[in-house]
Amino acid sequence: MTSTLEESDKEKVRSVSVDLNNDTSLIIDIPDALCERDKVKFTVHTKTTLNTFQKPEFSVPRQHEDFNWLHDTLVETEDYAGLIIPPAPPKPDFESPREKMHKLGEGEATMTREEYTKMKQELEAEYLAVFKKTVQVHEIFLQRLSSHPVLSKDRNFQIFLEYDQDLSVRRKNAKEMFGGFFKNMVKTADEVIISGIKEVDDFFEQEKTFLLDYFSKIKDSTAKAEKMTYSHKNVSDDYIHISATLNSIAADDSTDLKKHLEKFADLLEKLRKVEARVASDQELKLTELLRYYMRDIQAAKDLLYRRARALANYENANKALDKARLKSKDVAQAEEHQKQCLQKFDKLSESGKKELTSFKGRRVVAFRKNLIEMAELEIKHAKNNMSLLQGCIELINTN
Amino acid sequence: MAASSERSPPPFPDSEDQELEPDFDNEDSDEGADIFTGSTMADSKMDPPLPTSTDKLPNDLFSDSTPEPLSDPLSDASNKTESETASKLSPDITEVELASDEPTADLLNEPVGESTDEPNIYSNSASVTALIEEPLDNPTEKEPLDKPTEKEPLDNPPEKEPLDNPTEEVPLDNPTEEVPLDNPTEEVPLDNPTEKVPLDNPTEKEPLDNPTEKEPLDNPTEEEPLDNPTEEEPLDKSTEEPLGTEISKPEEEIVISEPVSAISEPLKSADEEPQKDIVEESHKEVTEEPPSKVQSDTATKPSTDLFGDSPDDDDDLFKEPLGAMAKKPQSSIFSEPQVDIFAEAKGDVVSKPQNEQPKDVPTDIFTEEALIPVINTATKPSVSASSKTNGVHSDEEEQDIFAEATVELSLDSPRKERKKQDVAKPSASAPSISVTPSTSKPQPKTLEELEEEESEDKFELNISVTNPEKVGDGMNAYMAYKVSTQTTMPMFRNKTFTVRRRFSDFLGLYEKLSEKHSQNGYIVPPPPEKSILGMTKVKVGKEDPSSAEFVERRRAALERYLQRVVSHPSLLQDPDVREFLERDELPRAVSTQALSGAGFLKMINKATDAVSKMTIKMNESDIWFEEKLQEVESEDQQLRKLHAMVDSLVNHRKELSVNTAVFAKSVAMLGSSEDNTALSRALSQLAEVEDKIEQLHAEQASNDFFIFAELLADYIRLLGAVRASFDQRMKTWQRWQDAQNMLQRKRETEAKLLWANKPDKLQQAKDEIAEWEAKVTQYERDFERVSATVRKEVIRFEKEKARDFKKNIMKYLESLLRSQQQLIKYWEAFLPEAKAIA
Repeated sequence: MTSTLEESDKEKVRSVSVDLNNDTSLIIDIPDALCERDKVKFTVHTKTTLNTFQKPEFSVPRQHEDFNWLHDTLVETEDYAGLIIPPAPPKPDFESPREKMHKLGEGEATMTREEYTKMKQELEAEYLAVFKKTVQVHEIFLQRLSSHPVLSKDRNFQIFLEYDQDLSVRRKNAKEMFGGFFKNMVKTADEVIISGIKEVDDFFEQEKTFLLDYFSKIKDSTAKAEKMTYSHKNVSDDYIHISATLNSIAADDSTDLKKHLEKFADLLEKLRKVEARVASDQELKLTELLRYYMRDIQAAKDLLYRRARALANYENANKALDKARLKSKDVAQAEEHQKQCLQKFDKLSESGKKELTSFKGRRVVAFRKNLIEMAELEIKHAKNNMSLLQGCIELINTN
Repeated sequence: MAASSERSPPPFPDSEDQELEPDFDNEDSDEGADIFTGSTMADSKMDPPLPTSTDKLPNDLFSDSTPEPLSDPLSDASNKTESETASKLSPDITEVELASDEPTADLLNEPVGESTDEPNIYSNSASVTALIEEPLDNPTEKEPLDKPTEKEPLDNPPEKEPLDNPTEEVPLDNPTEEVPLDNPTEEVPLDNPTEKVPLDNPTEKEPLDNPTEKEPLDNPTEEEPLDNPTEEEPLDKSTEEPLGTEISKPEEEIVISEPVSAISEPLKSADEEPQKDIVEESHKEVTEEPPSKVQSDTATKPSTDLFGDSPDDDDDLFKEPLGAMAKKPQSSIFSEPQVDIFAEAKGDVVSKPQNEQPKDVPTDIFTEEALIPVINTATKPSVSASSKTNGVHSDEEEQDIFAEATVELSLDSPRKERKKQDVAKPSASAPSISVTPSTSKPQPKTLEELEEEESEDKFELNISVTNPEKVGDGMNAYMAYKVSTQTTMPMFRNKTFTVRRRFSDFLGLYEKLSEKHSQNGYIVPPPPEKSILGMTKVKVGKEDPSSAEFVERRRAALERYLQRVVSHPSLLQDPDVREFLERDELPRAVSTQALSGAGFLKMINKATDAVSKMTIKMNESDIWFEEKLQEVESEDQQLRKLHAMVDSLVNHRKELSVNTAVFAKSVAMLGSSEDNTALSRALSQLAEVEDKIEQLHAEQASNDFFIFAELLADYIRLLGAVRASFDQRMKTWQRWQDAQNMLQRKRETEAKLLWANKPDKLQQAKDEIAEWEAKVTQYERDFERVSATVRKEVIRFEKEKARDFKKNIMKYLESLLRSQQQLIKYWEAFLPEAKAIA
């Protein structure tokens, strides 16, 4: 189970990062990770031919907070305003399996030993899957950076990869946390303000509408897909209990029924494994895809916001220039500012256009790949189920 | 069986000696059941020793009866062998027999002349008697003493008893079982020598008895009144109980055991024949022979034995005046009995002394356990004479005799049990052992066979419940269902017919069936529960999916309910079932309202039942029931758990279906927002696929529910019915026990009355005892019958369950298979769409 999870995770990695150019000059992966309580320590391994690095190959220990720091510094870098900054990996979330494990412990008395063991195994597998997924998401973040022509040359990124000591990134203190929250508020308010500004470029106008609409839709779909896979998981968990209870009934039975019940229980146990695979594959191929692109679209929206902000700044600079000309005062300074704003805006528009176009292509390809894979997996599992069922029906019939 | 054994013992325990005989009683009751079925031989053997006391009359009867029965079922040779075996066995018994032998010799000689069927036996007996007579002479004086001693030895060495018994009674038993006969033949030679040995024993025991003798001497006059009540008791028992119980029991036993058919016939024939013979003989004896024999032989030795025994026993056991019978009484009795016998023959009331004899004997018998049957037989003839007081022996006597014969059979069983215990003695133990396994194991097999026959005999009968229709409006509205029957069974007027029934009609059918059949231990399939909430929704709501589901669920449950009813061979024969299926208009079922007066009463009954269930501690004699009940209870728990699990599966799958539908909608929206046409198209295709999958999940959820969960719910209800049948069995057991306790109390009162010497109230006490004895027999029979039914029903239920589960599991698997096939189809259709994304 775990090995297969790994495989599918890797497939997914490739499918999500399908747009990454096959540049071998900088190859990054996370071969190992250590989970200590809430903290996860990733081993980031880099192999490179670039001479900006001191060594061709090196590994460094990194924590989730370090990834967040890298993401934030990238976002705050003015030069990258025109780029879609790859979304930061989500915080490792072991709450759900942990909570389930706790519940399981509470319900231990109501279950048979066999049932409990299976449930525990199931939860451990789930925990492991979450862990692996977390590692993958962090890996993808780095891989997207490394495959980006501009971001791969970022100094901070290179330090992140190379510095063999603990980065010991300061955790955000309460003030900064609040500041970040305040910044978001301002940004949201700002978005509303600048939304009144007339768009000068149809492309961005369209992109904006599309992304806003698409974001809300994909957010909804993600939530619904999560629910769906979750209830699918419940169904497969039910199979465990039913199978265990059938087994204990069969143990008490002394008639011909015993064999049938045992076969039935056995079958349900197998079906449950397949159903669990169906659920986890749906999770990986569908829910994760949607979730990732939801965050990616958020990043694209951020790009649009930065461009819109730049546009607003340019508009303001124009107004200031007009005013200065009217007053014939500080005209040169205003002209200079207006020019800078225009330059910045143009630059943003240009790179933004490129980024958004590539994002669109990347998204379509990722969807295609994932949907094909999901359909294939669904077929595979259904066929598997079918042959299990047919085998069991024949077994019972021949008896 | 247990009942019969217990029946006999009760007299003893009451007044007599719990000191000496409690063990016996226990043994009787416990063992009786098992032994009964298989080991008639042992029983018969046991009986003979008993007769010793009563021997004179009984012996004649036995000898007469035995030859005939033997001859019928088996061959003459077998009879001889039997007699031989009896004689062989007797040696062990010698102590008892010695006393008995003498009388037997007398009796035998006479009967021999009459029957002349079994010279060997007679000769043996004669020789025995001869041998015995010598020792007897000594014993005669001491004999009364011996009997008590004998009782003690008997307890310790149960072996002796069985062995002894066979001598006289063996022939009767043998006919039923062939195996025992063989053993006896081998042993025959041994018997003669052995007889001598036993003689010694009695002498040893005799001294003990002496003290008792002294006491009884004074009471001779008292004995007569005492005897009367005792006489009546045996008579009643023999007439009422034996007839019903014995006859019925053999049949049941026969049914249970494989060899039954063969055995049953012999038993019956034996019973019948002996009766006639006995009657005839008894008449003859009473009229002609008894006097001479009694006067001559019995007067001296046998009488002493019998009387002596009885008095001793009485004294010991009853501690009452009965003891008066001792030596002095003996002499008087001897003279009296003779006279009495004559009188009896004549129909005079003088029979009392005779009665005394039987009474005494029974007490002895009881103490000895084995003696009982003989006593009964002995008592019966005398009793019949006495009871009638007129010369009219014919009808009543026959009955009595009959009863006696039957009684012997029943009594035998306990003895057999003892024999089993005593395995030490080969002759007795061998037959009993051989018999017992056959009886115990064959039972289930035969039941199954019977069942299979029944199921194979089934005619085609298809019942369907369809077209639920709402009739009426508002709160008075109800659902009517079309009940269609299609059958080839001749008991129905038509091949196909249809009636309309409402839910309460189904409940009414159940009430009727349950009233009639559940008390007999049948498992009456329970109908689906009333659901006020569900029905109210149907009544009020219009076209709401949940009420549609409710109606469908109920329709399916009613259909399964009816199918279960008609698949039950006994219930199908019930006129109410036929009426329900055929009759156009059914009278409105009453008392099906959940909280009506009748419903309230039912609730109270259930509550009291639950309380009594808690309080009744059943001393389970049959481990099968105990194990089954435990199985049923644990299965009930497991099924409930499984049902909860499947219910949660149903809910989760419904949830999955809903969530899939929501996701499908969401993806459709996403597809509409997608600006890449191919991707947009693929997403809307995905939405369609998810929509279909949602349907699949919904269907599967309803399959989970209707095929799997409802099956479990049905069986949880059915297991309730199974437990009810076990409860019913326990209730009948309790009733039997209560009756036995009551009988015990009545006997104690009688004993007290005897002590107090209140003859006026004695008669009433005797009547009551007779009444309660009859009840005990009846209840015991009920219990046996209910037990057999429950056993059969449970086996049938298990078969049905296995079949039902298998069928439904297959159905369920197929439904899963279908949905997986659909799934494959849907995703395969989607795959090219995904690939078409450019």
